[in-house]
Amino acid sequence: MASEGRPPGLRSPPFRGGRSRNPPRPRTNAAATHRGPRLPPTDPSRPLDIFLQQLVNGLTLGSVYAVVALGYTMVYGIIQLINFAHGEVVMIGALTAYSVIVALTGAQVPLPALAIVLVGAMVAIPVCMAVGYTLERTAYRPLRKAPRLAPLITAIGLSIILQNLAMIIWSRNPLSYPQIIQTVPYHLTGNPNGATITNVQIAILVTSVAMMGGLLALVYRTKLGIAMRATSQNPVVAGLMGVDINRVISLTFVIGAALGAVAGVMVGSYYGIAHYQMGFLLGLKAFSAAVLGGIGNLAGAMLGGLLLGVIEALGAGYVGDLTNLCQLSGWFDALAQRCASDPNVTLFGSNYQDVFAFLVLILVLVFRPSGLLGERVSDRA
Amino acid sequence: MHPILDLRHRPAGALVGLALVAVALLVLPFVLTGIGTFWVRITNLAILFCLLALGLNIVVGFAGLLDLGYIAFYAVGAYVYALLASPHFDIHLPFWIILPIGAAVACLFGALLGAPTLKLRGDYLAIVTLGFGEIIRIFMNNLSQPVNITNGPQGISLIDPFRIGSFDFSKTQTIAGLTFTGPMKYYYLLLLVLIVVIAINLRLQDSRIGRAWEAIREDEVAARAMGINTRNMKLLAFAMGASFGGISGGMFSAIQGFISPESFILVESIMVLSMVVLGGMGNVWGVVIGAVLLSFVPEILRYTVEPAQKAIFGRMILDPEVIRMLLFGLALVLMMLFRPAGILPSALRKRELETRRNGR
Amino acid sequence: MTGHPTLLSAAGIGKRFGGVQALTGVDFTIRHGEIYGLIGPNGAGKTTLFNVLTGIYEPDDGSFTFDGQPLVGLKPHEVAARGIARTFQNIRLFANLSAVENVMVGRHVRTKAGVWGAIARDRRTRREEEGIERRAHELLEYVGVASRANDLAKNLPYGFQRRLEIARALATDPKLLALDEPAAGMNATETASLEALLHSIRRDGTTILLIEHDMKLVMGVCDRVLVLDYGKRIAEGPAAEVQKDPAVISAYLGGEVALNLKGA
Repeated sequence: MASEGRPPGLRSPPFRGGRSRNPPRPRTNAAATHRGPRLPPTDPSRPLDIFLQQLVNGLTLGSVYAVVALGYTMVYGIIQLINFAHGEVVMIGALTAYSVIVALTGAQVPLPALAIVLVGAMVAIPVCMAVGYTLERTAYRPLRKAPRLAPLITAIGLSIILQNLAMIIWSRNPLSYPQIIQTVPYHLTGNPNGATITNVQIAILVTSVAMMGGLLALVYRTKLGIAMRATSQNPVVAGLMGVDINRVISLTFVIGAALGAVAGVMVGSYYGIAHYQMGFLLGLKAFSAAVLGGIGNLAGAMLGGLLLGVIEALGAGYVGDLTNLCQLSGWFDALAQRCASDPNVTLFGSNYQDVFAFLVLILVLVFRPSGLLGERVSDRA
Repeated sequence: MHPILDLRHRPAGALVGLALVAVALLVLPFVLTGIGTFWVRITNLAILFCLLALGLNIVVGFAGLLDLGYIAFYAVGAYVYALLASPHFDIHLPFWIILPIGAAVACLFGALLGAPTLKLRGDYLAIVTLGFGEIIRIFMNNLSQPVNITNGPQGISLIDPFRIGSFDFSKTQTIAGLTFTGPMKYYYLLLLVLIVVIAINLRLQDSRIGRAWEAIREDEVAARAMGINTRNMKLLAFAMGASFGGISGGMFSAIQGFISPESFILVESIMVLSMVVLGGMGNVWGVVIGAVLLSFVPEILRYTVEPAQKAIFGRMILDPEVIRMLLFGLALVLMMLFRPAGILPSALRKRELETRRNGR
Repeated sequence: MTGHPTLLSAAGIGKRFGGVQALTGVDFTIRHGEIYGLIGPNGAGKTTLFNVLTGIYEPDDGSFTFDGQPLVGLKPHEVAARGIARTFQNIRLFANLSAVENVMVGRHVRTKAGVWGAIARDRRTRREEEGIERRAHELLEYVGVASRANDLAKNLPYGFQRRLEIARALATDPKLLALDEPAAGMNATETASLEALLHSIRRDGTTILLIEHDMKLVMGVCDRVLVLDYGKRIAEGPAAEVQKDPAVISAYLGGEVALNLKGA
């Protein structure tokens, strides 16, 4: 079965554009792992700049995780279901926006770059909402009373279906977002080659914060929000009180999907790439973020997303230096000889970046299943 | 036992049926070789997937623990075999030493993963196992630095075939006037292993241990209250499933002669899971049928969908691979929605139980 | 019978959930061979007491002594091994196993066969399996579910499910059988036959701890009764006496009625 000609499958998507293209720099690993293809090079000579750069990159990435994590945590909070296919919704958002942006730029529409991206998002949002609604309606609602594993298995099936449909509709290959937004770096320190934050990063951070704020307002300030919280407490009683719980649950999926669409557009614009498999790893990481923060808890998803982004960026940035065996050169002659020719004999390089999210996930579930802000999830009844 | 094979009640009919099945299975590789040796290889891979699915069935079907990283244990077994029987380290141990080592190492990994995570609720366990599978794959991809252990994405090649003295499973040989190709020899070996594994599965299911697993699957709190040490039993299921995966992985290594991290991606885990789900979780014969069906689907598609598309549209529109994946996805969704007990009707299983009970 | 006159004694059992004090300083003793009732209004802490006793929760204060040995920090399966079996208020059978298989699971804790025995099916394992099956069928006969032995538990009628749960608990050879509202949802005929079943279980040497709302059943079978209200013991003694206790009446009927009673 593992024969020739299989597609790359659900394996790690090219959700790491920068790394594969930039050849590793000879001196430190920290600089080589810096993510995002459109960032200007960082001068590796100042540790503070390296640290700040990783922090900025981590926060940007983390805010995207946070927005996706909100989708997981909302659905979980309301019906205790892990919507495994949520990552694919993000992917569809990114690819839909890609098509719109390509069409608009191709047609030479006289719109400013930002407006074009916005139009892309405006199209992606309803598309993703429709996908989210369809998922809930066809695959999850009929299984609401089934054993817990059943909806998880259908979710996996849906993930595969969505990925392959996306592959048929768009392409098997990674698609490059047209680079219409001019990236402008702003320096964070006095060092002219030092850490920067770009306008795209600022836009992502601002958008994410705005969406989180909007969601909190929705959940805590509106009638729909009250209905959602009531349903999450006790769907039967909420139903008796006149809440149309089917509608509330559908809306929860739809809102989560809208957030996912925006996240997809942000990821696409940030990395400049969209791919039919990008949703899997992104979704898994966002889920880890939701668990880290405490699943079912909105503030937790935001905190978890930001933390996970930072952990990943710093982890990938420093793991190479920390596990560089050449630090032990003084102890072993053989090592010293090897290090003379190649100063980087690292146990774990930045190519282990994806491991961090999983490690965080496993460690949190094992040692603090309630996450940072949430309730217990380990089995009781 | 399937009613056809019910030796106790219809000894004559059952014996004839059994004999027919046995003859068919023995002759099969010769028939397939007539069509093309290629088909024997595919059949061998199908049997390997049956083994994997039966291993996963212990975890998912019996004990009700959704393991989405099962392929990692297959990978561990495959790499153990490859490292101990290839020019990579220039170690060439015989297979009957390595296979148990592979099973033991996979079992150890299973216990290492299971011990801290088995207290988690089912869906969290699923995600954690998925993460574990990915971690294993990332390590296989990257453990070529600083010391080359796995040879990274290039994988390991020239892996030794099974050999017993001068009997080499990969070489064509004429015995008693019949020509046996390498894949044919492996076929008979795999068939033997499959029969043993099916027997083990059936016996486990119908035992004190199997009942304890099923009790945990049905209601963990009640199982605990009935005196079942659920943690140990779950760990046992995990470790046993893992060792089956490890053995299958070792055999895969030897049969293919080449392995790389490519063979152990998440899709493979999901495919094995689809086989178990399609066949009906916990139903041994159903799982075998599910594994055989899904293993042959891509080949059937290759010979039907491709020509059909070329005839109708003049070119390929949908890759058979894509159709295969869509079918897997649909199979998972539709089975859960409409037939959660699998393709084998559950009435069959009930009857099976009744005949057994009344037979005493 | 062991030499101890009491089978189970509880001393100062307390359990908190967050700010809620579910149980406070509960003391009681159950003697060998009696049917001991545990009653109280809804939310009085009866099921919590069950869960603390059977190891599902750990008590915050106090301790149990069972059959002369302390029951401290034991996991539910260890409690079952020590000889306490229970049923659940909302039936928890193994839905997709047949009735007889449900009971066979109950034998788990009294049998030994491991993986190797299961695979090899050696003579000892086969003999043990035969024993398990024979005992399971006996118990089904005993509770009156034998006619549906091969039906999946989920397909049994409600009354049969309640009885099957008792058979499954009995399969663990308990010294103490703890039943959580076994008559809930039963009609008068079903309750009457349950009462007969409880009497015969006791006659056959098993002590019973019974949570029940059906007072007629409690009065009919229980030797002594413990009354809980708001997690505290408010009365204990022979059923007929407890019934007349003003504190019990007030707990059940509410404070005002009790005052009126006193005034009268």
